[in-house]
Amino acid sequence: MATLSADIGVTYRMRAGDLGALFSTLHAANFLTIGPRLSGEAIILEELNGPEDLPVGWGDEQEAGRYRLRRRADQAFFGYNLGPESWKKFLTPQRQLLWRARRQGATFTIEQPERLGGGPQQLAFIGVRACELAAIRVQERVREVSGQPANDLIDAKCRVATPFLVGVTCAQSAATCFCTSMGTGPALGPPGSSGVGYDLALTEFPSEDDHHFTIEARSERGADIASHIPRQLATEEECDAVRQQSDTTAALMRRHLKLDKPAQLFQDSLEHPHWDEVASRCLSCANCTLVCPTCFCTNIEDTSDLSGDVAERWLRWDSCFHLDFSYLHGGSVRQTTRSRYRQWLTHKLGTWHEQFGSSGCVGCGRCIAWCPVGIDLTVELEALTLSPEVTGVQTGKYEHP
Amino acid sequence: MRRERLKKMAVWKFASCDGCQLSLLDCEDELLTLAGKIKIAHFIEASRAVMRGPYDLSLVEGSITTPDDAERIKEVRRESRTLITIGACATSGGIQALRNFADVREFTSIVYARPEYIHTLAQSTGIADHVKVDFELRGCPINKRQLLEVILAFLKGRRPNIASESVCVECKARGNICIAVAKGVACMGPVTQAGCGAICPAYDRGCYGCFGPKEHANVNSLRADWSEQKGLSPLAMERLFHTFHAWAEPFRQAGLAAKQDLTPEIQRIEAECE
Repeated sequence: MATLSADIGVTYRMRAGDLGALFSTLHAANFLTIGPRLSGEAIILEELNGPEDLPVGWGDEQEAGRYRLRRRADQAFFGYNLGPESWKKFLTPQRQLLWRARRQGATFTIEQPERLGGGPQQLAFIGVRACELAAIRVQERVREVSGQPANDLIDAKCRVATPFLVGVTCAQSAATCFCTSMGTGPALGPPGSSGVGYDLALTEFPSEDDHHFTIEARSERGADIASHIPRQLATEEECDAVRQQSDTTAALMRRHLKLDKPAQLFQDSLEHPHWDEVASRCLSCANCTLVCPTCFCTNIEDTSDLSGDVAERWLRWDSCFHLDFSYLHGGSVRQTTRSRYRQWLTHKLGTWHEQFGSSGCVGCGRCIAWCPVGIDLTVELEALTLSPEVTGVQTGKYEHP
Repeated sequence: MRRERLKKMAVWKFASCDGCQLSLLDCEDELLTLAGKIKIAHFIEASRAVMRGPYDLSLVEGSITTPDDAERIKEVRRESRTLITIGACATSGGIQALRNFADVREFTSIVYARPEYIHTLAQSTGIADHVKVDFELRGCPINKRQLLEVILAFLKGRRPNIASESVCVECKARGNICIAVAKGVACMGPVTQAGCGAICPAYDRGCYGCFGPKEHANVNSLRADWSEQKGLSPLAMERLFHTFHAWAEPFRQAGLAAKQDLTPEIQRIEAECE
């Protein structure tokens, strides 16, 4: 195929009908394409064969504890907001085999699983939103700073090779979104501005007679892929439209999280009566941490088989909402739901800064939508900023985390 | 070299449907290997050849519903080094614990021709209400993978990998989309202990809570959500809480609270009938 080289940072215009070329080019470059797909009652992330697998014409309506798919009036490929799954499904899967030991006579051997994504096929993520680029960066930073998972074996075997990232500008926001408060979106900034470095930036303009995208390479390999896609230089108006789209999305964002001095706020509110109030609603079911794109806590599980000849070590997601999570010698430190919710929120929004140099929250709003009883951290935080004296709380009444 | 003595295992039945001990027979691929690792010394459902006690491990199915059984479980405990209960009946009295909310004598008078022959207790209760239990394996019925894990952990002297977390964790692991959030279904998953593999939500049904309350089951919050957001009637709520684990404390209370809300509804229906 004749190719015209694409330059990094230059905005091109691409017909919607040519979106298939992005997939076929990635496939030809030996990438496995993963992206949004309609599955039952929600849009989830799975392997895609081509644009026909995208949730064409589907959108959604979200509120605290509520998610519903909705038909759109147009045929937008990316007209939906975030679903329950984040890219951590692939970057740090829920269960990973770390090693398997096999008894052989008086000795044993250790087998290591194939490195995920490090095989013949690399992963390409299609449709990564700005807040998700930020979330991938947050998880990267966690690994850099903490060396987590601490085990070298885990690190070498379980981290996928950096996937090819195709970002998409958000043309609308869900009612649960608040990325503007966290400085992570909705615009796809230059690489490294708030999120992880990425490869291509797409912005979609759905319309009946002129459905098109703008496409911009943000890396060398992004430019390589873009060079195989039919495109033309975007006009000045088309470039402005990209900016306008994310500006409009930002202006219409309905939820906001106000937190100027997180360390101070949480230090002052450790005994706030509102922790009891939220604990009266919290189910400690862990849904918020499971859907959160940055929650990274894991546990190690050792298993043995019936023959007694094979033992396995698994790494699996855990949650600070579980009783066993804080199990130390003699029992669990965080016995109450109050202490667990407080641990989660103060870590996510507060101590995360000291530990990893940023907030642990990117404002995607998944924890709000997918909480079965609709607990909304933006609202809880607001309540915590109210003076505890108003309700006459007694300090020292509760156990400390 | 002296051969290591195989540990002896016994399986006991109290008031139950046999489904849980059937899970052991259901381990078709693993049963022969298991029989080579532990001596199945007393398992009447599988064989009438029984060995005398004491036993290293006893699996106990069923609840205590008769004066005789209340004595027999003590005997089982005396004969067992480790006692593990299997299933909802053994954990909290099972479905038959619904009698605990009514007068069992009224039932016997209707069901049996000669109710005076029936010697039964007023309540159906779990095994731990009568003797010390070393581990409770949940479920109605239990999950056979979990059963094997518990036996295996016992043989190795390690802690079994049986999580006390919610069914939600298994839903997410299985890739189920939360039907409570995406479809407005009343689901007991958030207050129910994991272990089943989130079967019901995978088939678009709300969790029935057959593994019983998870630790810190916040039933009041869920009940409030069902009533305010999902428009569930008190009758439907009572039935959800009062089925498999009706006598497990959080579910018992939540069901009773729902029933209290039901009173006006019953009065209305009664008034209409008159």
